[in-house]
Amino acid sequence: MDALEIARWQFGITTVYHFMMVPLTIGLGLVVAVIQTLWYRTGKPEYLRMTKFWGKLFLINFIMGVATGIVQEFQFGMAWSEYSRFVGDVFGAPLAMEALLAFFVESTFLGLWIFGWKQLKPGVHLACLWVAVIGSVFSAYFIIVANSWMQHPVGVEMVNGRPVMTDAWAVFTNNTALVAVPHTLFGALAVAGAFLLGIAWYHLWRRRHDGIDTIGADGKVIPGEAAGILGRDRNDHTVWIRSLRIGAVVAMISFAGTAVTGDLQGKLMFEQQPMKMAAAEAACHDGTGFSVLSVGNVGSKNCDDVVAVIEVPGILSFLAKGDFTTEVKGVNSLLGEYQAKYGTEVPNNPIYGDRAGQQIQYVPVMEVTYWGFRMMIGFGGVAALAALVALWATRKGTVPASRGLMRLAVFGILAPFGANAAGWIFTEMGRQPFVVAPNPDPSGIDQVFMFTAAAVSPGVSAGEILTSLVVLTSIYAVLLVVEVKLLVKYIRGGVASAMPELVHAPVDENEDSTPPGGPGKPDDDVLAFAY
Amino acid sequence: MELLPTIWFIAIAVLWTGYLFLEGFDLGVGMLMKVFARNNTERRVLINTIGPVWDGNEVWLLTAGGATFAAFPLWYASLFSALYLPLLLVLVALIFRAVAFEYRGKVDNPRWRARWDWAISAGSFVAAFGVGAALALTTTGMPLDANGDREGGPFAWFSGYAVLGGLAVVGFSLLHGLGFLALKTDGEVRHRARAWFVRLLPVLLLPIAGWAVSLQLLSGEAWTIAAVVAAVLAAVLAWNFARKGAEGRAFMSLGAFLLLGSASIFGAAFPVVLPSTLNPAFNLTVSNASSSDYTLGLMSIVACIGLPLVLAYQAWTYWVFRRRVSAAHIPEAHSFLPAIAAKALAPKD
Ligand code: HDD
Ligand code: HEM
Ligand code: HEM
Repeated sequence: MDALEIARWQFGITTVYHFMMVPLTIGLGLVVAVIQTLWYRTGKPEYLRMTKFWGKLFLINFIMGVATGIVQEFQFGMAWSEYSRFVGDVFGAPLAMEALLAFFVESTFLGLWIFGWKQLKPGVHLACLWVAVIGSVFSAYFIIVANSWMQHPVGVEMVNGRPVMTDAWAVFTNNTALVAVPHTLFGALAVAGAFLLGIAWYHLWRRRHDGIDTIGADGKVIPGEAAGILGRDRNDHTVWIRSLRIGAVVAMISFAGTAVTGDLQGKLMFEQQPMKMAAAEAACHDGTGFSVLSVGNVGSKNCDDVVAVIEVPGILSFLAKGDFTTEVKGVNSLLGEYQAKYGTEVPNNPIYGDRAGQQIQYVPVMEVTYWGFRMMIGFGGVAALAALVALWATRKGTVPASRGLMRLAVFGILAPFGANAAGWIFTEMGRQPFVVAPNPDPSGIDQVFMFTAAAVSPGVSAGEILTSLVVLTSIYAVLLVVEVKLLVKYIRGGVASAMPELVHAPVDENEDSTPPGGPGKPDDDVLAFAY
Repeated sequence: MELLPTIWFIAIAVLWTGYLFLEGFDLGVGMLMKVFARNNTERRVLINTIGPVWDGNEVWLLTAGGATFAAFPLWYASLFSALYLPLLLVLVALIFRAVAFEYRGKVDNPRWRARWDWAISAGSFVAAFGVGAALALTTTGMPLDANGDREGGPFAWFSGYAVLGGLAVVGFSLLHGLGFLALKTDGEVRHRARAWFVRLLPVLLLPIAGWAVSLQLLSGEAWTIAAVVAAVLAAVLAWNFARKGAEGRAFMSLGAFLLLGSASIFGAAFPVVLPSTLNPAFNLTVSNASSSDYTLGLMSIVACIGLPLVLAYQAWTYWVFRRRVSAAHIPEAHSFLPAIAAKALAPKD
């Protein structure tokens, strides 16, 4: 493998990993902020407990997003220096703005939220969380503006072989970004919804299993209390059933949201990167049908080995144009167009090294685009369906006693993670062989593009990149184990794991039901939160 | 000399200085976890002085990096790719350090804590050293070709300046961390921190002084040499204040030392942002490495709005958490049983 291949693997692995943490941070952050608002408004103890419990898990995950995000920021310069030189004039700006306008806000206000339980007035304390969460939404916006410019360059002019920004408004309102941002945010909420649902299901199941909650003659739950264990009281039942309901509703709404925005995205992509969408369908020939199942060698380069087994006529046209009859171009006819516009051979330029003169491979790896697209939609749909079933199954106030169903709910947490990862892998690999994909608009901007093969750092050896790939991947693997172990430990601890006040002082329902009465008590007090 | 690139050179110098001032003390406190704190309670006192603020401080590094990308893409690309392996080490250090703060107290077990203590102190040391080395090399240069790419293999960047710069930031951070602890803690830790500050100041500031002085010999100007002299005076003041127990003033004087020192270093380097040791014609400068005026103008507007806001709310954070932390404030470790143990304890019915 040469430096280019290793660098691509590294970027893919580290970004997908970063994006395991990111959607949970964004989605759970929003949910916790809403729950704390409910507590602030109603003063009900279950909302305080929910804030603390889900907030704890949020923080355990958040820190991993921070740690892996720093790698992303450095990586463009370290491994992709030619890319950075080429795009710097446009791409650096949203990245710098993300740090200046979003990361500062997130990290500072989250620090205030974590440590400020006693120091700040309840309303101010709540506002700090909201500000941090809004910061994370802004960070998503800025980074997606940067990414969307690689998918669909706008607002630039070529000067001395490099794109130079001429219209910031166009860059920051790139239509690609305007649909990708809500799509990604809904994707993040889908993760949070399944997370709440699975974990709350587990606790409700456990309460039944341990004989704490019982079922009355009318089939309705009778919440009970385990005297021996802190936190397992009647309120605890409310905490979990409410979390479950919130999770299920969030999961369903967010799937609807991803479907609507995803449809818009698809229609844009048929215009902006027709080859990506043709490859997503493994559609070799022009047509109108959507493939439900294609067999044969989907990854084959000449495309004629693919046989669509089940095809629904008209649907592909609907995805692309909104009607049922327009012919959508297949890979074979697009190939000719791409070759006519962008050449058939890698240009004879020293930055391409040995690749110069080779045939350019315009068709992305179709196994990846075809299955990536279907896994994204499939995993998301399964999670939403499960949420619907869960709402129905818990209508009597608790979950069924079945251990198998509980396992399903817990493992279902992974589905939206899978959908997110599949979505990005499809988006990014479907863009190949370009790192900056040409914008087909013929106004001159169609000559702003860059082949991935030209993007890697020329001065950095394959050995160096391999070293970092091995080091980062191993650290990430170890940290994933640590994070999951800690999450499991705190989940199994239940509410008491996030509320030392339940453990170290006798439980007093009134004490945790009223919002704390104001800022800082005298100096001899212990910290409300301490590492 | 073009105006906007020059302004952005200054802006990036300011961001780096802000980073060294803020993260400087939390890197220092991190390193002190092993050599200074004597028991678990003291370690927790140390962590909790920086707990609410270290992440916000670290963003100064990301912003310095991001601003370099936006304003001087060629500088960003050449510096980061040339220093591939050392920056990888910095990344590893920052990853472990960040995770350690959050996870250290999550399992009540001495071996678990000891491991994360190592991650914090070694991570802080490596990060400080690596950032220092990178900053020193961007002022003294590396073997770069006409395209700005490193020649001579993965370690071609290595020079005495890398070590000097690394030690400079490590030394400064340790001292700054001690000054911060003297200001932010109470009792035993506070007094020990102040005593160490007074005793170690001359040693810890030696490498950074060495870097500033050698750069003056290479490319100094009258005003940058004056800044070095003023910096030395600020250090003397810091020492004197600390001896008298004026912790706040000692801390601010050391801040002034950093400001002046960094002005002298960046000032002497200007207008070169990254020299090539192969051929001065390959030097990256403020004019040949910068973005277009349009982009720089846009970034200037954003920075004029964003930076004052950041300064305001970060200052507010320090105000909210102004209270000194001492061993008495540290709650006992939070240990809990899994709620699912309920099975054994639940009344049978
Ligand atoms: C959809 C949203 C999204 C996407 C696509 C990405 N990130 Fe991210 N990132 C976040 C949303 C986010 C976040 C939710 O805002 C995080 C998680 C934890 C945090 O502090 O912010 C974050 C953290 C985070 C941090 C650490 C911030 C801190 O220390 O507080 C950096 C430097 C980056 N990211 C940079 C990147 C880069 C260069 C990406 C592109 C390859 C990227 N992220 C993809
Ligand atoms: C967070 C979700 C993201 C995921 C999961 C993701 C995934 C990937 C993957 C799998 C690759 C490798 C593709 C290949 O084989 O080349 C890749 C490449 C790349 N992506 Fe992303 N990406 C994400 C977001 C972004 C964003 C937001 C940006 C820009 C700001 C970006 C910039 C790049 C670059 C520069 C490359 C390397 C060049 C290339 O190989 O195409 N990615 N990404
Ligand atoms: C019917 C449902 C869906 C449709 C039609 C759809 C469509 C799309 C399309 C066309 C893209 C590619 C955009 C591009 O190339 O830039 C995409 C990307 C993506 N999808 Fe979906 N999607 C759906 C559901 C989901 C679900 C359920 C999730 C996650 C829970 C998800 C997460 C993502 C992510 C993270 C990306 C990459 C980032 C982006 O470009 O926004 N999608 N989706």
